[in-house]
Amino acid sequence: MKRRDFLKAAPATLLPFLVGGYGVKAFASNPFLHSLINESVPTDRVLVLIQLIGGNDGLQTVIPLDQYDAIMAARANIAIAAKDTLQIESLIGLHPGFLGMQNLYKDGKLAIIQNVGYPTPNFSHFRSTDIWLTGSDSNQSLSTGWIGRYLEQEYPGYPNGYPNSQMPDPVGIQIGSAVSLGFEGANANLGMAFSNPAAYYDIINESNPTTPNTRGGHELAYVRSIGVQLQKFATPVKAAAGKGTTKSAQWPTANANTLADQLRIVASLIAGGLKTKLYVVNLGGFDSHADQRRNQDALLTKVSVAVSAFQDELKLNALEDRVLGMTFSEFGRRIKSNSSGGTDHGAAAPMFIFGSKVIAGMHGTAPKLPANATVDDNLDMQFDFRSIYASVLQEWFSTSDSEIKNTLLKAYPTIPIIQTAAVRNEPVIAKTQLLQNFPNPINATGNTRVTRIAFRTTGGQTKLSVYDTRGEIVRTLVNGVLSPGDRTVSLDASDLASGTYFYRLETGGATLTKSLVVLR
Amino acid sequence: MSKATSVLSTALNPYTGAWGFAQAAHVLRRCMFGATPKDIAAVQQMTMSQAVDLLLADQPPETSAPLVWYHYDIGGVTQGQTWVHLDYDLTNDFNRTESLAAWWLGLMLAQPISIREKMTLFWHNHFACGAGAVGDARYSYQQLVLLRANALGNFKTLVKEVTLDPAMLRYLSGNQNVSSAPNENYGRELQELFTIGKGAEVSTGDYTTYTEADVKAAAHVLTGWRDDPKTLAKAFSAADHDTKDKQFSARYGNTVIKGSSDESGAERELDDMLTMIFNQDANARYIARKIYRWFVDYVIDDTIEANVIGPLADCLKANSFEVKPVLSLLLKSAHFYDVAYAGCVIKTPMDYIIGSIRTLGVEMPLDEGLITQYFGWIGLRLTGGSLQMKLLEPPNVAGWPAYYQAPEYHEIWLNADTLDSRIKFVDDIATNKYAIAVQVGYHTTLDLTTLAAVSSDPSNPDTLIADWARLFYANPLTTIQMKTLHDTLLPGLPNYEWANEWNDHVNNPSDAVKKKTVTDKLTPLVLYMLELAEYQLM
Repeated sequence: MKRRDFLKAAPATLLPFLVGGYGVKAFASNPFLHSLINESVPTDRVLVLIQLIGGNDGLQTVIPLDQYDAIMAARANIAIAAKDTLQIESLIGLHPGFLGMQNLYKDGKLAIIQNVGYPTPNFSHFRSTDIWLTGSDSNQSLSTGWIGRYLEQEYPGYPNGYPNSQMPDPVGIQIGSAVSLGFEGANANLGMAFSNPAAYYDIINESNPTTPNTRGGHELAYVRSIGVQLQKFATPVKAAAGKGTTKSAQWPTANANTLADQLRIVASLIAGGLKTKLYVVNLGGFDSHADQRRNQDALLTKVSVAVSAFQDELKLNALEDRVLGMTFSEFGRRIKSNSSGGTDHGAAAPMFIFGSKVIAGMHGTAPKLPANATVDDNLDMQFDFRSIYASVLQEWFSTSDSEIKNTLLKAYPTIPIIQTAAVRNEPVIAKTQLLQNFPNPINATGNTRVTRIAFRTTGGQTKLSVYDTRGEIVRTLVNGVLSPGDRTVSLDASDLASGTYFYRLETGGATLTKSLVVLR
Repeated sequence: MSKATSVLSTALNPYTGAWGFAQAAHVLRRCMFGATPKDIAAVQQMTMSQAVDLLLADQPPETSAPLVWYHYDIGGVTQGQTWVHLDYDLTNDFNRTESLAAWWLGLMLAQPISIREKMTLFWHNHFACGAGAVGDARYSYQQLVLLRANALGNFKTLVKEVTLDPAMLRYLSGNQNVSSAPNENYGRELQELFTIGKGAEVSTGDYTTYTEADVKAAAHVLTGWRDDPKTLAKAFSAADHDTKDKQFSARYGNTVIKGSSDESGAERELDDMLTMIFNQDANARYIARKIYRWFVDYVIDDTIEANVIGPLADCLKANSFEVKPVLSLLLKSAHFYDVAYAGCVIKTPMDYIIGSIRTLGVEMPLDEGLITQYFGWIGLRLTGGSLQMKLLEPPNVAGWPAYYQAPEYHEIWLNADTLDSRIKFVDDIATNKYAIAVQVGYHTTLDLTTLAAVSSDPSNPDTLIADWARLFYANPLTTIQMKTLHDTLLPGLPNYEWANEWNDHVNNPSDAVKKKTVTDKLTPLVLYMLELAEYQLM
């Protein structure tokens, strides 16, 4: 029996039993029970990461108007006129293309984290991207990504035993041609890639690219047909996409804004009930060495339009409280512009975090520019990007300190980004528990011959068996890989002789045993 | 079927079209296990005819033999020495069999530009024989040596040798065939599977090409042969041989094989019987079809039968069943290089495993010398097994179903499970995670920067991707696929950013971080490319 079926069927008297000593009353406000009872309505929180590839120029995105003279001294050939900026604070203006972002800011749905970077910045796109994706130090190479390390703890043993009834969906989805290093775990990559929106629709529509009418083409079509069967997650993804129709009028036409196309897919999957926790989408072209005004202006407008439509879509689907968005880019750009009307690779830059549960406003202070910047000058970092990751993990996903440390490999200070009023809806699985069965003793001939055993697992290979007094297994109730959480299983005692039995739970490295009694 | 096959009437005319990378890679992939950049370059320098002649050239016998990789064998034979001359030993036979398979895999990995390894596997599939059932690794070794030595020899000679091969005598109960109660096993398979092939059953017991009576008659011809476990040679028990004349059916022109009573007489009876079978047109056509299915395609319609199989069979007969002329005719033909047939063969597990290792330049672990080397090869055999092709253990005497099971044929190799396993294999070797059997921690290595350096200009993403694509695939990719690959290597960035990073690595070859930086970009590209459906084909 699935636990939500049981909950629906269970009389109220059984509820205290379900989660041990908390008592019914405590449940009402206990997020764990809340999530149990509401499981038919997915309450899992979602994080959508938007990667701005190429290194977005932060100084041109969030403009410190108090230092306009220094800006003009450093980059007059690309500077945006102060009057054209979209003012959000008395001395802060946004890029003129950020109209939608300005509205989100006004609505209390946008947090701007100033000057995010890392010590000893690296100016290689690939290296710096790897640093952001793996969460490594500047001089450190890691082969696993921070998202992968996080998800690996949430879904132990992945990919063995997945998909399963607890997690029937991809644990992470990347819209892009390959799953990024960020999803790489110690054992497997925890992301699933849709090579592009078009390929995504190929999966959804089960249509394959055409093949030539030759013997070679015939066999290619055959291999592809087998490949479709391999898409373990194609069925749930297709089902979710089919349910989640997008409603917002703000979506630009298809192919006009690739970020919007990608976010629209993500919105439809969330609305369709997919339990996927993490999505990564991206927009490239931010490497503005030349002609930056034309290039970056167009890109930032796309970001703003896409994010705004996405947020509107979530609102129309009553999903705003479940979804958080966050942008990142491998680096910001040099303070001083070059003579090609562009900027070269730089260091710290702002991050944008959006959603109805963010603590909206400016976090951190405006960057400090030297009066006459040289080509060697870069913006200093104020926040380590891993502090922002840690804050999101802690405040959005209720991740424990130890799990955050496992994810980011060190402890980082957090800053308040998410409203504390947000209900924690993720069960924090402290440790393994095995509860006394109920009812007990079991009247094997009466109408209580079915008893229920509840347990809590930290996840992983789990076995729950019932033994007689000679140590023989009379029943194996659970044998498989479980995700962390509380479970209830039923034991039908109608064919058991009267006497004492033991039930033993082996999970997460722990073994717990209790006894039960059957009467006839 | 493509319109390109409309010229099939001239199908076996010599190929006179372009000779470039694609054609060189095609003939190497079909005749060897994978095509390495080095071999392709060498063959491209030749003419087509020279290339095929080189592939068909005789190869010297092996100087190596399978070695003791386990701790020790009997008689004081220790690790690094061969076991093939030792007495039978139950305790060590399993290890010897693994050693034999490993040795063979090692030879496949080290193959020179030659068709021999592929032809050896062809005969192993044709004269399918399971080492486990034979029960003595020395027998299996001897049989493998026989197949290798005759891989490019005479088909009729090979049939005779296999008929009296001790391993086959055991496998198909020839050594239990006595005149008082003949065992029909070999007499049947000889005709059904090894030579003339079973045609349609037009009446009870009449298979067009031969009849049930012919199975019995053949069994009587073959009575008395034994294997000698001491000498590992064939033996003859005159008392068990049927000395009477053997009457064959009208399908063989009512041939009578004169009876005899001694070993040389029994061998003459076998010769006469094989001559009788080999005189039938169906016999040459049967083996011609099998060769065609192995090297070209499994679909044989009436046109192919008439314009390809017929001429190949004629060539066999005209050359007294020498194999080389027929391979030469086929591999130099316009039909073999017809673009409609490019990439129509689903790689066998051996093509896929050995081919991937050779093509990509994967290095097998050698951490502890011989033992690691053998463990590595044994691991490859197990991977082959999980992909449904375990060397020395074909599923039964008919060989692997991919070569006889209509209508699927090669498609049998692929299902959701084996494709999943295949993808896992290339993922593992591309990311240095392919752990070898038993020895934990030892794994294959692949340097992606070295693989990138096979490109004429690895600093140019478009050139690099195009060069990898033609190395990996038989057919060109579509424009959209090429763009997707470009986005995989370089999402959202201009080409010069890759050039900068690549050149930075090349100029600082000892800088591990710079090397890892480009490797981290190449990894998703190579994974994506090897996971494409096109990589399953050759």
